[in-house]
Amino acid sequence: MVVRQLDPDEVDRVFAALADATRRDIVTRVLRREASVTALARSYEMSFAAVQKHVAVLERAHLVTKQRQGREQVVHPDVVTIRAAGRLLDRYEEIWRGRIDRMAEILGDTREGDDS
Amino acid sequence: MTVVDTIKDTDALTLTVVTELDATPERVWRLWSEGEQLGRWWGPPGWPATFPAHDLTPGSESRYYMTGPDGTRAHGWWRVLAVDPPRSIEIQDGFSDADGNPDDALPAAVMRTELTPVDGGTRMTITTRFPDAEAMAQVIAMGMEEGMREAVGQIPALLAEG
Repeated sequence: MVVRQLDPDEVDRVFAALADATRRDIVTRVLRREASVTALARSYEMSFAAVQKHVAVLERAHLVTKQRQGREQVVHPDVVTIRAAGRLLDRYEEIWRGRIDRMAEILGDTREGDDS
Repeated sequence: MTVVDTIKDTDALTLTVVTELDATPERVWRLWSEGEQLGRWWGPPGWPATFPAHDLTPGSESRYYMTGPDGTRAHGWWRVLAVDPPRSIEIQDGFSDADGNPDDALPAAVMRTELTPVDGGTRMTITTRFPDAEAMAQVIAMGMEEGMREAVGQIPALLAEG
C-alpha cells in the first residue's frame, strides 16, 4: 500500500483544519456520503459563504476535494490524505497508550488491600 | 508498566497494542468488568467516562458517556461479543447520538483483549479491527474529537515524534 507522507506543515494544516467542530462535522458527513456545498450549508446555522470557507480550509489541507457537477460543487472526502494525514493509527496508538497509563495508575492506587 | 509492542497493519486495518501490567489477570479483568474502574481509564484526559449499567456478559450492550471539561457529553456504546474471564474479551465499540442512542450509521470497531499471566503480572494484548479504511479514518477522526478540544496543540508534536 502506498502511503503518502506529509511534511510537518501539512500535518499542521490538517490538524488546524480538524480543530474546528464544524469542519470535523463536514469531514464526517462527506465520509459517510458526498455532499454539495449547498446541502452542507443547509445543515448549519451559518451563511453559505461561511460554510464555503470551511470547505476551502479542508480543501487546502487535502482532507476533501471539490468537484463541479452542473451548477453544484460536490465535496468528497480525500481518504488517502485522511489516512496518511495523521498517520491515523499513530493517533489511535496514542489513545491506547493513554488508556494503558491510566490503567497502570489505577492498579497502583488499589494494590494495597484492594487486590482480589 | 510498559507498552511492550504495537503492531500497525494498515492493510488488515488492525492495531495491536501489547502491554505488561503489574497485577494478576483477575485484577486486570476488573478494569474491564467494573463500570467504575472502566470509567477511570476509557475516556481521554479531561473526559472521564460513565458506564451507568455496565455488564460484561455476551450479548449485553453497555451505553456510556464521556463528560468534557465544559460539561459536554459524548455518548457511545459497547456491545459485548464474547467473554472468557479472566482471559479474553471481545467488544464492539460504537458511537451514539446526543440522546445516547446508538448511531448505526457510524462505523464501529471491534476490540479483542487477551490477558495472559506472565512472571508477576499480566500481558495484555488488545487488537482493534476496523471494518474498512473509511471506517478507520472516521472512527479515529471522531475519537480524536473529545481529546482535541484540550489537546489540539499537542497533536502535531505527538505525530512528529512518529
